[in-house]
Amino acid sequence: MAKYLMLKHYRGAPAPANDVPMDRWTPDEVSAHMRYMEDFADRLRETGEFVDSQALAPGGSWVQYGGEGRPPVTDGPFAETKDLIAGFMVIDVDSHERALELAAELSAAPGAGGEPLHEWLELRPMLSAPTTVED
Amino acid sequence: MDAGAAGAGGTGVDEHLLRTLTPRVTSILVRRGADFAAAEDAVQDALVEALRTWPAAPPRDPLGWLVTVAWRRFLDATRSESARRLREERVAEEPPPGPTESADDTLQLYFLCAHPSLTSSSAVALTLRAVGGLTTRQVAEAYLVPEATMAQRISRAKRTVADVRFDQVGDLATVLRVLYLVFNEGYSGDVDLAAEAIRLTRRLVAALDPRHDGHPEASGLLALMLLHHARRPARTAPDGSLVPLAEQDRSRWDTGAITEGVALLQGALGRDRLGELQAQAAIAALHADAPSVEETDWVQVVEWYDELVRLTDSPVARLNRAVAVGEADGPRAGLAALAGIDASLPRRTAVEAYLRERDGDPATAARLYVEAAARARSAAEREHLTRQAARLHTGPEDA
Repeated sequence: MAKYLMLKHYRGAPAPANDVPMDRWTPDEVSAHMRYMEDFADRLRETGEFVDSQALAPGGSWVQYGGEGRPPVTDGPFAETKDLIAGFMVIDVDSHERALELAAELSAAPGAGGEPLHEWLELRPMLSAPTTVED
Repeated sequence: MDAGAAGAGGTGVDEHLLRTLTPRVTSILVRRGADFAAAEDAVQDALVEALRTWPAAPPRDPLGWLVTVAWRRFLDATRSESARRLREERVAEEPPPGPTESADDTLQLYFLCAHPSLTSSSAVALTLRAVGGLTTRQVAEAYLVPEATMAQRISRAKRTVADVRFDQVGDLATVLRVLYLVFNEGYSGDVDLAAEAIRLTRRLVAALDPRHDGHPEASGLLALMLLHHARRPARTAPDGSLVPLAEQDRSRWDTGAITEGVALLQGALGRDRLGELQAQAAIAALHADAPSVEETDWVQVVEWYDELVRLTDSPVARLNRAVAVGEADGPRAGLAALAGIDASLPRRTAVEAYLRERDGDPATAARLYVEAAARARSAAEREHLTRQAARLHTGPEDA
């Protein structure tokens, strides 16, 4: 089994095929999209491949150690940051092929007009613990 | 529906009974000479044991069973610590006192678990385990953290209150705040935390009454919970999305819970010691009383918000007051009431969007809804706000 992180971006990913922002969809299209995402996670729970999924607030800040006895240094949020993560899902699957298949399925979530978004998702393998058998 | 019943969990064990007995067993162990931390651990062990064995072999006397098993666990644990041998001999040889626990003991457990020296997350966890009788796993699932993390949080909390004497008078305001948090910030899991909070508050109110002239804020909290819980069946659409108060199907509100909440509130207000929880409950009662949003007595709602602002000076109360003013005196007045409320306050942008729309400015409203969605604190809230923006952008036929 191998764990993968699927990242959904607010910004920074190449534009999806169906590039209408969500607030320009009809309320029913928004509902259909949400339902697709939930059904997808439910299916993975049933197949035993779901680990975690979280949506992130867009605003955040950069934080840095400020030195001995000093408060943390904060900066941002940086509006000009090219990349912004909207949320993530962690899956635990048998193969890289399976991870690709699932990411593609998630990317097909419906958007404006009920058409698949073809959204670009970032798929990152998580480093695992060392295996017991090394030779 | 019995709002006091907590989730059954499908184990075949009467978990409601188990949870009711848990704090009593802890109190009995403490009376027999166990310190709180050790007693609470032993009772937790007994609880887990009960969940495992009761389905196959239900005891005739559940309380007796729990006391026996917990006491044995306590002795085992004490014995295993050789440094405590002297105390163990003293405790083991002393015959357990006959009388069991009293309402005072229950109260002491609430005070201890919500001691002001604890952080709110610790107090919530300890209260749910020691007073609520939940297992560490159930508490962990409810707050979406690993079980080991929750176990650690609880044992640190117990170390923090280790030196607090069990018979010390506690701080009721802190207890009420902890119960409010359990009610308000519970996630869904195996255990229904809102129902659990109601059950615990109900027991608290019962424990308080015989000793005091009643605590109107405790009754006010119970009323507040019941009145909000009554709306729960109408608060979520079949697709899981949020349904705002104005659009809820009020025939689905739980009239039993409303009746009980209103009666409690009236009793509390009659004692003439107004507090913020009673004021919040009064606002909830006015909504509960209205057959529709239009028929709500908004003028009275505003008056209660005035009281709440006076009592708390809270920006959240000011924000909610602006919504009520918008309904009572029109959106312009609502927008005027918004002036001076910090723009960074959560939900402020959403409230302004709503008022702008009612004031006939859909373009500004749509822009503000998008902005509010970006600042939403929950996924459901974000979704709801995005849908509002979408509704305004895509035309009135979807309204």
